[in-house]
Amino acid sequence: MSDVVGLSAFDAAHAIAAGSLSAEELFEVYRARAASDRAAGEDGLNCFTWVAGEPPDADAACAQAPLEGVPLAVKDLFCTEGVPSQSGSRILEGYLPPYTASVVRRLRTAGVRLLAKTNQDEFAMGSSNENSAFGAVRNPWDRQRVPGGSSGGSAAAVAGGLAPWALGTDTGGSIRQPAALCGIVGMKPTYGSVSRYGMIAFASSLDQAGPLTRDVRDAALLLRHMVGHDPCDATSLQFPHQIELPSAERLDGVRLGVPEELTGEGIEAGVLAAFDASLARAQELGAEILPVKLPHAPHALSAYYVIAPAEASSNLARFDGVRYGLRAKDAADLLDMYTRTRHDGFGAEVKRRIMLGTYALSSGYYDAYYGRAQRVRTKIAEDFRAAFEQVDLIVTPTAPTVAFKLGEKTADPLAMYLNDFCTVPMSLAGIPAISIPCGLSHGLPVGLQIAGPAFSESRVLDAAHALEQSIRFELAQAHV
Amino acid sequence: MARELSAVLDHVARIGALDLDDVPPTSHVVGDSMSTHPALRPDEPRPCLPREVALAQAPAVSDDGFLVPSPQA
Repeated sequence: MSDVVGLSAFDAAHAIAAGSLSAEELFEVYRARAASDRAAGEDGLNCFTWVAGEPPDADAACAQAPLEGVPLAVKDLFCTEGVPSQSGSRILEGYLPPYTASVVRRLRTAGVRLLAKTNQDEFAMGSSNENSAFGAVRNPWDRQRVPGGSSGGSAAAVAGGLAPWALGTDTGGSIRQPAALCGIVGMKPTYGSVSRYGMIAFASSLDQAGPLTRDVRDAALLLRHMVGHDPCDATSLQFPHQIELPSAERLDGVRLGVPEELTGEGIEAGVLAAFDASLARAQELGAEILPVKLPHAPHALSAYYVIAPAEASSNLARFDGVRYGLRAKDAADLLDMYTRTRHDGFGAEVKRRIMLGTYALSSGYYDAYYGRAQRVRTKIAEDFRAAFEQVDLIVTPTAPTVAFKLGEKTADPLAMYLNDFCTVPMSLAGIPAISIPCGLSHGLPVGLQIAGPAFSESRVLDAAHALEQSIRFELAQAHV
Repeated sequence: MARELSAVLDHVARIGALDLDDVPPTSHVVGDSMSTHPALRPDEPRPCLPREVALAQAPAVSDDGFLVPSPQA
């Protein structure tokens, strides 16, 4: 492995700024690695849907930019002008967006270079990255296992040393769960802090972009340059302060809340053991561990699987074969064209969620499903507000299991949905949460989730950094 | 797919057991009170995509518009 691949993105940016590393050399090393994985298809990790052909010209205005020259892998669903953006779906076959997502533009201004687009579950619907028109992604720790999803390509690419860092999106856990299953860091920021403009929508009241990185400092650095108000996104908010790079090595005086509802039943024994060891470590670092109650958290998954499909069924109505993407050939009439385009273009999971969503929104069922789910959402947000009056941060396992085998859960959608059990409550409440690797179970990574109140990203990152420095998790990049 | 959807709907139906009568619904979770910006941007006209760019990705075009099969066969 080339030495430069061992550098964190933070160190690479510094080496480029100091003149000891050439941005072109760094890009070419990663480009060659990514291209080789792309060429191998499902014999490789299958992380990418597109890889840059040559280094993009450095923007002269970016020469002094803080992230100058650091390559970035971007989840397929971010629109990138002139570069294929399909959200992992056949229905957007050949689509070349006429504009670039705000967050990608922002990062380019900060100096990053677009290395590749990453594989994902179709329209970000999935927890295993097996629902992609580009085929399944494999976990670099064990190629017979899934990387998690839906940002599975981003997570596997970072874990496998095929990209220094990557962008993902998280609707119910789609950054945190694959980060956990691949042994890397993934953060979902406060809803509204990163612009959604140019992200191909899944569930608009939940979707949020975030970083997938090898360490906590890289996550803070990337996120710092992602947040900010964007007039093109009506739900965009001004982040109240600069995201600080974390430096904490102790947790003195930090009150960590452990919700019994998310740390007991349904969590694999090996995951719980690693979680408990992390709590003991946090205590050694000075943290106070307190039990907290999130009484409605066990209902979060039910509410989520009403709200997210309902919003998706509306968002995905735009894919009709008229303006872009796939159109079924030789249709008898307009309705036949719509029907056959959507039949041919959407995969099974997307169809399942459109049906769930339209059912939940249908006249006569609206109050029983969508209306109730939105009320549960209120209770979940209230639970968190009450808990944060007693503790500073909440900790849980990120996912109930370690990476599972390819195909193991594809026949049982409900079993697949249960992967999101610990991550969905934070999504419904709109609060920030990070997953960091905290140990191994059966030789596979376990993720620790740390959540805080809205806009507490710097505090969450600091706590994650202190634990990371103590845990010293070894990312086994040699798997590639 | 019917069996799978039924299993999901059975799980979802658990929220039917909660007492939510006096609870307001939440559609947008991080409120305006946390923002220094108003929820809506100023209502000012701005340029949109040029027509040729908007049409460039269409499967079929005709006379500066999107061409679709007739609604009636």
